[in-house]
Amino acid sequence: METTMKLAEKYRAEIDDILSRYPVKRSALLPLLYLAQAEEGYVSEAAMKEIAGILRLTPPQVYETVTFYTMLNLKPVGTFHIQVCKSLMCALVGSDTVLGWMKAKLGIGPGETSADKMFTVSAVECLGACGTGPMMQINEDYYERLTEEKVDTILSDLRRDGTSQLKSGPFMWPLPTKQDA
Amino acid sequence: MPQHEPVLLKNMMQPGYGGSLAEYERTGGYQALRKVLGKVAPADVTAMVTKSGLRGRGGAGFPTGIKWGFLPKDYKGPKYLCCNADESEPGTFKDRQLMERDPHQVLEGIAIACYAIGCETAYIYIRGEFTLGAKILNRAIQEARAAGHLGKNVYESGVSIDIHVHRGAGAYICGEETALLESLEGKRGLPRVKPPFPATHGLYGKPTVVNNVETLANLPHIVTRGPEWFASIGSPPKSTGTRIFCVSGHVKRPGNYEVPMGVTVRELVYEHAGGMRGDKPLKAFIPGGASAPFLTPDHLDVKLDFEAVAQAGSMLGSGGVTVMEEGTSMVWAALRLMEFFHHESCGKCSPCREGSSWLTQTLKRILAHRGRPEDLETLTDLCKNIAGRTVCAFGDAEVAPIMSTLQYWRAEYEDLIRAASLHRERELPMASARH
Repeated sequence: METTMKLAEKYRAEIDDILSRYPVKRSALLPLLYLAQAEEGYVSEAAMKEIAGILRLTPPQVYETVTFYTMLNLKPVGTFHIQVCKSLMCALVGSDTVLGWMKAKLGIGPGETSADKMFTVSAVECLGACGTGPMMQINEDYYERLTEEKVDTILSDLRRDGTSQLKSGPFMWPLPTKQDA
Repeated sequence: MPQHEPVLLKNMMQPGYGGSLAEYERTGGYQALRKVLGKVAPADVTAMVTKSGLRGRGGAGFPTGIKWGFLPKDYKGPKYLCCNADESEPGTFKDRQLMERDPHQVLEGIAIACYAIGCETAYIYIRGEFTLGAKILNRAIQEARAAGHLGKNVYESGVSIDIHVHRGAGAYICGEETALLESLEGKRGLPRVKPPFPATHGLYGKPTVVNNVETLANLPHIVTRGPEWFASIGSPPKSTGTRIFCVSGHVKRPGNYEVPMGVTVRELVYEHAGGMRGDKPLKAFIPGGASAPFLTPDHLDVKLDFEAVAQAGSMLGSGGVTVMEEGTSMVWAALRLMEFFHHESCGKCSPCREGSSWLTQTLKRILAHRGRPEDLETLTDLCKNIAGRTVCAFGDAEVAPIMSTLQYWRAEYEDLIRAASLHRERELPMASARH
């Protein structure tokens, strides 16, 4: 019951704001699951039960939804969840090399978490950045046009600062040239 | 290279353009909304869009004005507009750029569409991975509300329009319009059986329009410059306007290129995208995202419009053009796409759920030199029993890579299977020795 109180207490204003956007409570399910995941790093059983209570759903209704979506984790992941795109468009420009390099640097392959719980690596399907492959997503940020050197920098930045300057800003490709100006 | 005037990407191509409200307004932003709100009858806005010939930019290419016209005219209850920003089709990355670099252009388009169909609430269903895009859109919505472009009684016209951003959570199928609605209702994103169509029974069972980001971003320009201007661009009468083509794969300059519909693949690849990486010959390309069948160098002069690409045996789809150079294994390419479809099959229909697994396993076996002579027939048979036998178009999409590679590069499959049979012959004495 302790966790049950936690979400509703900590995010009261956010939860009210989310609920106000929809005429039907159940629509708030994904946004509330994101809140729970932000809190604990994954969606725990206690959080699912609490959300079911808030939205007047049964816990199985919440569970069946959670299991459908790949971005909702049912178990804890590392501090940095590295998701490397392996779909055709990224594979054409070297995503397999990125995964191999990741394994060489971190000693873990797709689906594994490093012993210090800092990194989890996943091979995922298309993340919508095909023109700037190979690419990966780490937590909420995209990293694009990856090379082995870039991957090294990103990993050491994350270890040191918890973030990296190499993450993508608002997307623009091809970049405007002087001719376009 | 012929000069084309970009329309949707024009603002963001200006150096230093950041997409804030002030910057958007300086380029004439929200003038189109002011022009129609309370001044032009909603039915006339719909007629204008119909006249422009604008067709959906998400994949299916359905005429936008006609889609709006399907909504019941005398309906008194709430109606909804859903902006489909669940850009998950491999090969496509244009909506991301539109949302991240010029969010108000999208919002203005949504507001115009809301007015035309008489709805007060719109949801932008954005794929969960686009967290930056969601943040930028949320900030833009706040700016627009504060400036009176959205909210209650906009420009004192008596019209209220509100927009909410709703993040998906990682499921390709949620780009299918009925699956999107299910997901927005807080359920698993499983496609609904049609009919009834969203126009009458959509979000929460109410009349609903689902339009793609790029489709909606075109609306301010159609209102400002007129439907005749829009209809004169591209390949009239059926493929009008410009299109943002996303070029990926083995080209020198991958990226988004906005060109009039009807340019050839040759022009797009060799002029805009700088030609092939390392100047290798082009072996294959996909003209419209992963769901579109592969085409060959013989199709380089096919015009990129809805009809010409369909006539060549593929589809224009979402505008994602992926290019492969000589030396790419087409069986491998088909497998990579099959793995995607297998992973993303929602599981509702057995032919797609089970078939995608069998197709993936068979391709993997062939590539691992363990193929059997009957495998090609099995693949073809499976494809025929998946396409057209599912609730949504996912079944048709998942067989496209296999059917088209079998059509054009059958010899690659046969070579791998022949190599496997030689392998088996060598292994035979060992195998019999074990018994």
